[in-house]
Amino acid sequence: MATAAIAAERENYLNQSYGVKSWLLTTDHKRIALLYLISITFFFFIGGFFALLIRLELLTPAGDLVQADTYNKLFTMHGQVMIFFFLIPSIPAVLGNFLVPLMIGAKDLAFPRINLLSWYLYIIAGIMYLHCLLTGGVDTGWTFYTPFSTAFSNTKVIEAGLAIFVAGFSSILTGLNFVVTIHRMRAPGMTWPRLPLFIWAHYATSVIQLLGTPVLAVTLVLVVFERAFHLGIFDPSRGGDPLLFQHLFWFYSHPAVYIMILPSMGVVTEIVPCFSRKRIFGYKFVAMSSIAIAVFGFLVWAHHMFVAGISLYSALVFSMLSYLVAVPSAIKVFNWTATMYKGSITFSTPMLYAFGFIGLFTMGGLTGLFLAALGINVHVTDTYFVIAHFHYIMVGGAVMGYMAGMHFWWPKISGRMYPESWGRLAALIVFVGFNLTFFPQFVLGYLGMPRRYWQYSPEFQVLNVLSTAGATVLGIGYLLPMVYFLWSMRYGKPASDNPWNAAGLEWQTSSPPPTFNFEETPVVNFEAYDYEHIPEPEVAVER
Amino acid sequence: MFDTFPLWPTRASTAAGQVDALYIFLVTLSVLMSATIFVLILFFATRYRRRKGSVAEQIEGSSILEITWSVAPLLLFMVIFLWGAVIYFHERTPPRGATEVYVVAKQWMWKLQHEEGQREINELHVPVGRDVKLIMTSQDVIHSFYVPAFRLKQDVLPGRYTTLWFRATKPGTYHLFCAEYCGTMHSGMIGQVVVLEPAQYEAWLGGGTPTGSLASTGEALFQQLACSTCHRSDTQGRGPNLVGVFGKKVLLEDGRTVVADEDYIRESILSPTAKVVSGFKPIMPVFQGLVSEEQLNALVAYVKSLSQPASAGRTGIPASAQPPGPKVQ
Amino acid sequence: MSDSPVAVEQHGPELLHHFTGVEQQRDAASLGMWLFLATEIMFFGGMFCAYLVYRYWYFNEFAAGSRSLDIWLGTINTAVLICSSLTVALGVRAAQMGKRTLLVVLLILTLLFGLVFLGIKGVEWYDKYKEHHIPGASFNADDIATGYPQLHINQEHAQIYFSLYFAMTGLHALHMVIGVGLFSVITYFAWKGRYTPNYYTPVENAGLYWHFVDIVWIYLFPLLYLIDRKPLR
Repeated sequence: MATAAIAAERENYLNQSYGVKSWLLTTDHKRIALLYLISITFFFFIGGFFALLIRLELLTPAGDLVQADTYNKLFTMHGQVMIFFFLIPSIPAVLGNFLVPLMIGAKDLAFPRINLLSWYLYIIAGIMYLHCLLTGGVDTGWTFYTPFSTAFSNTKVIEAGLAIFVAGFSSILTGLNFVVTIHRMRAPGMTWPRLPLFIWAHYATSVIQLLGTPVLAVTLVLVVFERAFHLGIFDPSRGGDPLLFQHLFWFYSHPAVYIMILPSMGVVTEIVPCFSRKRIFGYKFVAMSSIAIAVFGFLVWAHHMFVAGISLYSALVFSMLSYLVAVPSAIKVFNWTATMYKGSITFSTPMLYAFGFIGLFTMGGLTGLFLAALGINVHVTDTYFVIAHFHYIMVGGAVMGYMAGMHFWWPKISGRMYPESWGRLAALIVFVGFNLTFFPQFVLGYLGMPRRYWQYSPEFQVLNVLSTAGATVLGIGYLLPMVYFLWSMRYGKPASDNPWNAAGLEWQTSSPPPTFNFEETPVVNFEAYDYEHIPEPEVAVER
Repeated sequence: MFDTFPLWPTRASTAAGQVDALYIFLVTLSVLMSATIFVLILFFATRYRRRKGSVAEQIEGSSILEITWSVAPLLLFMVIFLWGAVIYFHERTPPRGATEVYVVAKQWMWKLQHEEGQREINELHVPVGRDVKLIMTSQDVIHSFYVPAFRLKQDVLPGRYTTLWFRATKPGTYHLFCAEYCGTMHSGMIGQVVVLEPAQYEAWLGGGTPTGSLASTGEALFQQLACSTCHRSDTQGRGPNLVGVFGKKVLLEDGRTVVADEDYIRESILSPTAKVVSGFKPIMPVFQGLVSEEQLNALVAYVKSLSQPASAGRTGIPASAQPPGPKVQ
Repeated sequence: MSDSPVAVEQHGPELLHHFTGVEQQRDAASLGMWLFLATEIMFFGGMFCAYLVYRYWYFNEFAAGSRSLDIWLGTINTAVLICSSLTVALGVRAAQMGKRTLLVVLLILTLLFGLVFLGIKGVEWYDKYKEHHIPGASFNADDIATGYPQLHINQEHAQIYFSLYFAMTGLHALHMVIGVGLFSVITYFAWKGRYTPNYYTPVENAGLYWHFVDIVWIYLFPLLYLIDRKPLR
């Protein structure tokens, strides 16, 4: 299309200036988003590599690929890398950074220099963690439970803790930027009920990042002090209490999982209306459910501690609250489904990923009901059941949402279309590979296979082999987009401003956008999902 | 089918059936809910797929639907919560009169001390149909005592006791796993629970070197460590009389009242000045570092035995094999 | 890059161009600082939680530990910080009124107060060092029970008190140091004449930070020094 070709040659944020300095000292939120994209993809590979080694070891019951200590480091660092260096930044730091100003009609985030600082903190944290990894690694489990982490482990606990501490500040600053931006920088007419639900989701996420992360920070500080100076805050042999650590740790780490899932939900909420050509069903309820998840998410942390030695009474309270937090998530699933009713549905790659998200998140969420039931929790906690549950949510949910978003907004970010057939194929491969990897783990868990086991009882082997087979398929599914996204940057079809005919201010500017986003500041007098007035694209999906 | 492709371990305790019942209910519910969503989505996606001339209908929402599908799940969730809570309550309330076994976890093994005196490593023999209560502590880091066949698990903490009770229903040998990551050989900290018919259990009890009951070991320690010098069984001692104290409320110097449970006794030995009994001076020596966890368990068992009626037929040991009663001071 | 069709108001060089106007910039900066302070509350809150839990469990050792702190130095420090918050608030007012010299004087006074606080804190810590109250190899807290001969202090529990004492006052002092650095920069720019009645946001927001650090101390002081200086018996 002629306009697309011209757009690619027009000045945009990518070609506005060249050179390493223009990227490393940029304050443009879109460039910072790309800096994050490259960094988190790097860490995704590292975390993924550890996962591969774990699954290979688990092909056989005996510990015969790596030594026990090595295995313990592998699962620890897989968890820490994936959570702190991939999942928590992923959607907010890449898609959020790119899209939040665009979606609300602003020129940039409220604090562009703090945005860049946030990336540099992430990089510093990443380098610290890499150094830790390369000089011995850490083997405490991603949860750093005391007194093992403070008084028994012989690995680089302090380095890992400090690296994650720094990464936490990156997360806090991103959250701070988003909250101020959403409050103060909306375009004229962009009232709160007109905000895209992606924005609502990121707002809720940012509140969690702001209020929760500092608690992790101080907990890590205390762990580092305890280990360095042989204190006894969490060590019973010195008068301390290990449960105090667990409470402080989970006070952040439970809300952290909502940091990881809410943005994904925001992505899906943008994609489903677009490829159903109708507004989201129940806008207000979806918006409020994001806020509800953020609020309730802070009240349930001790459901990670039902067998840890807390009182019966505490356990009852936290179990009940955990059921409350499940309700807003259920509301979202119903609303997405209802949006498709009487729609005009296209099976584009983003929509396929969105389907996958809804299905897998539903399954993961339902298994959360199992875990919240005290009687069941006693049996399945600390087993593969929990591992399956959280991977359904974090990989089947969050990562699929991330992939959905990357595909949906790729034309906007790069000015190119990715190859649609490959996109759909990869989505299918990921879906199949994922289920094959993680569904057997539910069964393994209920059968009694504990987590963090380097060697296991032979009757668990068949399911483990299935799981490893699935992991290989899943890996291929993830590699494909890496390849074709890169390919598309050179050879992909140039994208028009709005290849999906989607609603949203980001589609009202060119693909890629100019540095200051809009030629003229938009004025908003329409709802967020104004599909009533947006015609369908002529061709359903450009290939 | 469930033998070749088991979906759950053997049920070997009274809790197992209850847990599995809720599990099967939840699995059924989840299958139904997922299927509903999947079918709806697939149905909508095909029925309403984009076709020439198709126009989507712009629906804003429906408050009634929203409330219905919020309240209905919420009510269902409350049912699940209550069901799970009832099971948990039952699991965490040991019945009176349960046989007690002391467990000490350490990197990377389980050490068990029966009341009758038997010691085991990584293995626990119990009779079927008997209530058994495990009183557990760790020597180093947090571990977790997990028996999948019983559907039971309890973290084992350093510095305090945690308890786990069960009643085995089926003779057999079942996995015992450590379920809280504890270092290098966490995955090697495994063993078995051997459930025997009562007769076989008696036979097993009778075999092996007789060491005397745990309480009598404790009593010997009590003498050896000179506890009896101050803790006399009259009111003349420099320390409180321990006869009958276990399980009762104790008034402390600072005005607090605490229950004399296992943790209290343990703490009083390791850190005596933490809770000083009203009317006594804080002069008890500190035994931290001087007694092992196993010795502590023996002392605790001994102090507990001072609160029990002398004819302890409840352990099921034939009278001839019963240990002599504690010496009267 | 073109401006919006809305008329662009006259503005100084401090307006950053991604904002639509100075007011938006000011509001954003202010909200940003308040949110940051909220994160700081959560940060200190975690430690306060740990402290309160242990204070309840190890009452005697914590009370004795409180008594071993110099209440006079603590009180002086509290007064110093409160005065410094006064000079900060007056400084913001001076900036509002365009009184450059007054502003600089008040900022310098604030800095001095801050340094006095840090100095006294250093003295207190040195005392703790001399008394062997610093957790670690040479820790010995036998002396904190003087005056209460019937009390027996558990050394481990006392060490937890002092661990938390140093962690909390240490982190607070670190925030003070950052505050001093921040205010040095602000003072320099104030002297250079950068702040006018139209633009004094950095002074205001730095002031907010300083007030916050002051408030943390207002909580620390009673918690660490004042409450329950007498053990139960």
